[in-house]
Amino acid sequence: MKEKKSLLKNPSFQAILTSLICIVLGLFIGFIVLLLINPAGAGEAIMTILLNFFTRASAAAQMKALGNTLAKTAPLLMCALSICFCYKVGLFNIGAPGQYEAGACIGLYAALAWHCNWVICLLLAAVAGAVVGAVSGALKAYRNVNEVISGIMLNWIMLYLTNMVLSGKKVKDPASPYTIKLASGNKGALIPSAGLNKLFANNTTVTIAIPLAILFAVLIWMILSKTKFGYELRATGFNKEAAKYAGMKEKQNIIITLAIGGALAGIGAAFLFLTGYQEWSTTQTSVPGMGFNGIAATFLGGLHPIGTIFASFFIQSITDGGALINKSVYPSQISDLISSIIIYLCGFVLFFKFAINNWISKKDKGGPNVNDVPVKDDAAKAEGGEK
Amino acid sequence: MDAPYAIEMVNITKRFPGIIANDNITLQLKRGEIHALLGENGAGKSTLMSVLFGLYQAEEGVIKKDGKEVMINNPNDANDLGIGMVHQHFKLVQCFTVLENIILGVESTKNGILQMDEARAKVKALSEKYGLQVDPDAKIEDITVGMQQRTEILKMLFRDNEILIFDEPTAVLTPQEIDELMEIMKNLRAEGKSILFITHKLNEIKAVADRVTVLRRGKYIGTVDVAGTSKEEMSRMMVGRDVNMVVDKTPANPKDVILKVENMTVASKMHSNNAVKNVSFEVHEGEIVCIAGIDGNGQTEFVYGLTGMEPLVDGKITLCGEDITKSSIRQRSKLMSHIPEDRHKHGLVLDYPLEYNMVLQRYYQPEFTSKAGFLKRAEIRAYSERLEKEFDVRSGQGPITIARAMSGGNQQKAIIAREVDKDHKLLVAVQPTRGLDVGAIEGVHKQLIAERDEGRAVLLISLELEEVMNVPDRILVMYEGEIVGELDPKKTTVEELGLYMAGAKRNVNIDANTAEIEESEVIDTARKEEA
Repeated sequence: MKEKKSLLKNPSFQAILTSLICIVLGLFIGFIVLLLINPAGAGEAIMTILLNFFTRASAAAQMKALGNTLAKTAPLLMCALSICFCYKVGLFNIGAPGQYEAGACIGLYAALAWHCNWVICLLLAAVAGAVVGAVSGALKAYRNVNEVISGIMLNWIMLYLTNMVLSGKKVKDPASPYTIKLASGNKGALIPSAGLNKLFANNTTVTIAIPLAILFAVLIWMILSKTKFGYELRATGFNKEAAKYAGMKEKQNIIITLAIGGALAGIGAAFLFLTGYQEWSTTQTSVPGMGFNGIAATFLGGLHPIGTIFASFFIQSITDGGALINKSVYPSQISDLISSIIIYLCGFVLFFKFAINNWISKKDKGGPNVNDVPVKDDAAKAEGGEK
Repeated sequence: MDAPYAIEMVNITKRFPGIIANDNITLQLKRGEIHALLGENGAGKSTLMSVLFGLYQAEEGVIKKDGKEVMINNPNDANDLGIGMVHQHFKLVQCFTVLENIILGVESTKNGILQMDEARAKVKALSEKYGLQVDPDAKIEDITVGMQQRTEILKMLFRDNEILIFDEPTAVLTPQEIDELMEIMKNLRAEGKSILFITHKLNEIKAVADRVTVLRRGKYIGTVDVAGTSKEEMSRMMVGRDVNMVVDKTPANPKDVILKVENMTVASKMHSNNAVKNVSFEVHEGEIVCIAGIDGNGQTEFVYGLTGMEPLVDGKITLCGEDITKSSIRQRSKLMSHIPEDRHKHGLVLDYPLEYNMVLQRYYQPEFTSKAGFLKRAEIRAYSERLEKEFDVRSGQGPITIARAMSGGNQQKAIIAREVDKDHKLLVAVQPTRGLDVGAIEGVHKQLIAERDEGRAVLLISLELEEVMNVPDRILVMYEGEIVGELDPKKTTVEELGLYMAGAKRNVNIDANTAEIEESEVIDTARKEEA
């Protein structure tokens, strides 16, 4: 295998390339939509989406906007990791939004009603997400209920449960549908920024949640690829029957996987709501998009925990950039529309990978490739049979 | 000059990444002949047939029908050219009748309503003409495997196929059914059909084929007349060296009881009856015991019960004096190695590299996992390399080859290496030579005997008659979930074994005297039937 291998065949390169193709295609289709609505502002609008914080006037404002994007990248990354981790074990954790809601629910309740400090809130959020994930896992393991179905149903159950719990007297602001701001309710529950805010023009929402999320990505990658635990989980995901044959507790593994996925999503919620970036709206009637965007980030990230770091940042950046489009030229929904088109196309990563491999194999037809099958037996003997 | 050939595949080359599956292969099928295609596992037989059937397109070479070049881009094209195939695993709709299965896809309708009468008449005529006895109104799930196969053959004939491909057709049949199939194939030949017969059983080639084409590792070795070629010559062509057709072994020297099974009963997943009923036997240190039987008589469920994959309904299992009836799979695996029946379903994680599959039963041991729970990748790599070398497991990229990319034979070798190398007192080998070529089979048999001679107990579950007759020291025959006979391979014959396997005879669980009488009666009726 010393011969020079085509760069295209390198799996990592392929993953990055397909992700880039998706992004370009998404932007292109988004651009066409903008052209159809109003050709005049399309070029400017697409650049706004792409550049996001760079469009701000001053360096300080740019850093502040970047800080906002990063602050929201951390929870998105956690949701993406949740989905990525489960996906590696062969489970599609579409229940991540529900686990995220559970994390928000318990995290905020612990902060405002019980006045816990941020570490406790974070841990409780993780536990809450894990419990919700484990419910899907148990249903899958013992009753073979598809985790997609139970996950989607739990998303709605958890949404309204969270609305109900966070409408309580101690946690909800009486004057608005939102929960009480942590800055006034319980400062100790805010995740510390450890000086990071200084780098981003004193943006207080920039906290250690961001490096922690990246640390989680590395940790998940290590667990999956380097440990006995990851070996078992992936074997279970690839082939449940073989895992059972090898004496692994395949049912338990399914539950543990979804519980870990749930914990990651729960922490994701904590990483948003415990930074004071946003409060929970107790009147919301749609499942938060964070969990769903995590799916796109997972695929765009090439199903690799490290890849999801960059993919999450990109998706968050275009979402924020979309919000900056000139609203006098385009209807206000345009930002969501364009970013969702791009996110939608991110899901096509696997399709492009398939297309590239197909193309390579077609191209390879002519090339000689003989070095793999060692024909070491004595051909001379065999010639007796050739007539 | 080409005219005598019904179908010709000339200089076919088909490449896959990293491997040439077919390297310049020529296969010429004469009209009205039975032409065997012989080759080791991974020799390229399946690929060649897939090219003929339009599932793959060859990079080089042409296919000619009646001397004219044709393009076969998909199975429909093959059908249009009159090429039909009986797959190893039948493609029948279980809840349909025989007739419904035969007409499936070529139904004639009038105003959207099925017209069955014409089809029924045609099927009846065909089955009489070729001696293919079937009940057109029986449901597939209710009929024997032999009859299912006849349904598949009728399916081809109903479509007026002239070129019939049989892909390892005898693997699932009893000896008696195999004889019937050979007769049917001869009838088909007599009626001018051309038959391609894929197999690695030399006896069957000798029995029916006119010519044989041999492939080895993707290369064309030659085409010879069967009549003028001995079995030894054919196997040498196939394997590339002399193969010892008879299994060498010394008499067994059984010692202590290793495995004791008492009244084992296992539920079936398919129906409400128990799949294994009240089975009891012992396996001793230093002997090979074989459970023989036709596929689907409870062997699979028995192994599941024994290895802990499924719970027992009743009974007790003792391994090395320890009651393991309720033990987990992992606990049992400390003393029991298990070569599973289905290597893709159970034996391998196909998407894992070879090295990870090599430690599938041992990855958790301190040798391969550090105290902190990290895999010791260097040790795993070294271990895999050692096993690959010792057991001659070949793969494209060594330890990092994805198991899915390996040939079936090498996948099986990897499993055997893993199971034999780990600590064990009992080896449960379920169809360990399934789909392997003669050379590899010889290696597996030697391995089993070596296991025995090293003082381990071997429980072999096999469907292959040659294996059943040659390898074990004792044979237990399983029929409908029961052990119906215990035979000594040195004293019994294939015919007798066949009667037990078909449920026509039994010699255990019956009082000795009545058994004698019943046996002779059964033989009498069997003889009458033959006459």
